[in-house]
Amino acid sequence: MTVTDQRSMLDLLNGFVGQLRDAGLPVSLTENLDAMEAVRHIPIEDREAFKYALGATMIKNQAHWRSFETVFEVYFSLRGPEYALAESSDGDSALDELWREMQEASGEGDGRGGAGSLDALTPEEIAHLLMQALMQGDQALMKALARQAVQRFAGMEPGRPVGGTYYLYRTLRNLDLDGMLAKMMEAAAQQSTGPNTSLEQRLEREEFEHRITEFKAEVEAEIRRRLVADRGVEAMAKTLRKPLPEDVEFMHASRDEMVSLRKALQPLTRKLAARLARKRKHGRRGPLDFRNTVRHSLSYGGVPAEPKFKYPRPAKPELMVVADISGSVAAFARFTLMLVYAISNQFSKVRSFVFIDGIDEVTDYFKATEDITEAIHRVNTEADVVWVDGHSDYGHAFEVFWERYGKDVGPKTTVLLLGDARNNYHASQSWVIKEIRSKARHVYWLNPEPRSYWNTGDSIVGEYGAHTDGVYECRNLRQLEGFVEKLA
Amino acid sequence: MAAELVQRFESVQQVREGLRELDYLADDGIAGVAYLADRLGKPVLVEGPAGTGKTQLAKSIAELTGARLVRLQCYEGLDESKALFEWNYKKQLLRIQADRNSDSWNEIHDDIFSDEFLLTRPLLEAITADDPVVLLIDEVDRVEVETEALLLEILSDYQVSIPELGTIEAKQIPLVFLTSNNTRELSEALKRRCLYLHVDYPSMEREREIVLAKVPGITEALADQISRIVRSIRSLDLKKSPSVSETLDWARTLLLLNIQTIDEATAKETLHILLKYQTDIAKAAKELSVDE
Repeated sequence: MTVTDQRSMLDLLNGFVGQLRDAGLPVSLTENLDAMEAVRHIPIEDREAFKYALGATMIKNQAHWRSFETVFEVYFSLRGPEYALAESSDGDSALDELWREMQEASGEGDGRGGAGSLDALTPEEIAHLLMQALMQGDQALMKALARQAVQRFAGMEPGRPVGGTYYLYRTLRNLDLDGMLAKMMEAAAQQSTGPNTSLEQRLEREEFEHRITEFKAEVEAEIRRRLVADRGVEAMAKTLRKPLPEDVEFMHASRDEMVSLRKALQPLTRKLAARLARKRKHGRRGPLDFRNTVRHSLSYGGVPAEPKFKYPRPAKPELMVVADISGSVAAFARFTLMLVYAISNQFSKVRSFVFIDGIDEVTDYFKATEDITEAIHRVNTEADVVWVDGHSDYGHAFEVFWERYGKDVGPKTTVLLLGDARNNYHASQSWVIKEIRSKARHVYWLNPEPRSYWNTGDSIVGEYGAHTDGVYECRNLRQLEGFVEKLA
Repeated sequence: MAAELVQRFESVQQVREGLRELDYLADDGIAGVAYLADRLGKPVLVEGPAGTGKTQLAKSIAELTGARLVRLQCYEGLDESKALFEWNYKKQLLRIQADRNSDSWNEIHDDIFSDEFLLTRPLLEAITADDPVVLLIDEVDRVEVETEALLLEILSDYQVSIPELGTIEAKQIPLVFLTSNNTRELSEALKRRCLYLHVDYPSMEREREIVLAKVPGITEALADQISRIVRSIRSLDLKKSPSVSETLDWARTLLLLNIQTIDEATAKETLHILLKYQTDIAKAAKELSVDE
């Protein structure tokens, strides 16, 4: 590498590290230096290897990998060979060749002669071609078609301030991939010889779904490349910045984000459980255990050479979770319940209640099965939580809670109240919370709304909060984890 | 640094092909990081679910480079005397008693704190070895955070400081692999010193190749079906997804039972090899037999 090359590489990497830090990924100085060293051994032309080299030196947490990949794609998209858009003559001829081969192979090229290029196709033919590519898992053709589809259907205009998702939607709407799946299954059933078992069918379907997902990702990447070319790297990086799973807000998570949240939850609970168990074990030393010391002194001829101590064994708290599961905060309640039950061996007893305007105990659902997701599913479908109209009524729910279960709240109990305290202007009945607090060890309120929204509109979290030991903002997994660790 | 950096690999390609010959099928990431570790002389932290071949990677690399594998199995309560070095007290005592009359104090003192009385433990052994070694620090997430600090000196400078002897520097820089099942977050200090590699469950194509390579006598059709069913099971929400080693066990079982194609009944009967929780088995059995 010449000196100027090295210079430009340094600038390139520094820019990249800046983008990573902007996206919230921690990259230390030594890691930056390592990356610098690493790229001396890996040519930038080998993109995959280059990506892994940068990833191995700078990203030390698997949860950050997806964000890293996105930033990498955007930042280096102008510098890789894929940057060549479909317009370039080079790419076109390759595509045409591919298309001609396809035609010859399938014997459909008769009427069109050799002139058929991808650009001249009707939408039906594109759809047909795509189906074939998907059925055979032909990567190259899928790629080519993704480009063609974007060029044709997305209707991208330079300088138009529209997000990538809009173009993605437009492209996919024209392709009708769901219908495609059904057609592919049909075709596969016709092709296969003999009867197809349902197991076979299931596997076939999954294979096709997998390929369709791949194709979608390809379309997305193509759109991104074009947007970068249009707007420049910095502007794009800003719009594509995705929050890390632990920073996604429960109340506004999209479906994809929900999935990644659930994935992030599992290792998190494992870590949390291990950390809590350790905390319990390595407690402080207690006072001298006289009896035990004397007993052990016998082996030293009566000299108390080895003092023994009483190790304090902190009692595990008993937990009562009372959660609002009405639409707006359902996701939050679900995650909190999952987290609490995943580490339930850190508590001596866990009981859970859910409410909207009526309240119901759901502890048994969790006892009946080891599978937390199944229990949550039952909570959502079977629990009797609607009293009048199915709009949150905290006051009524608390009143009934006190009537039915108030006697079970004892000095060892910690009560967790979950919800946004948006009471639809019903009576608050906050005296219940006051009563609970006088009997229980602690009462905490967790609110998934940003602090600035509290006590606005019909939110009366302040009124309830006055009677608790603390109101905590729990908008994302990170905050929830922090709270649970404090609790146990 | 006293030790010379030896280059063991020519290219990423070479690493991958070498590993393939040893029946370890590496993907781009694995081969690339192994190559970088050699070039940069840095340890590799390998993280991922259990049973995805993390330990096997270190073993295969050792075999590939013709090096001896020195392994340190971590557990809670691991300390200096088991990881780094220990003085051989008994021998020291004998030495003092044997020379009670002759030597002066100074001579004995210098004498009993010398190489002869030092018991090397895996970490010290790895850096003082004359022959090439690969150091494997297995399940590093099991030690306490405080014990992690033991590893830092050796990982960054390839040296061990012994108060009585001074600093022992490595004669050669060994390849170092640390594995972790991610049961807790490792400290920043440790992560910063390592290259990071996440080994996940393999893609369907790679798993099929692994089955074909590791289970002799299996037909391609069966391997294909196995990998597809395993992928299908992994997409379910289970307590523990089947690992690669469990996939291989399953493949061997099917081969022993002389099964050519898997239908629902055989799949259900042999599910307990793939899955280890009753709830998981019930769930998978239910999912696989659903008529769509």
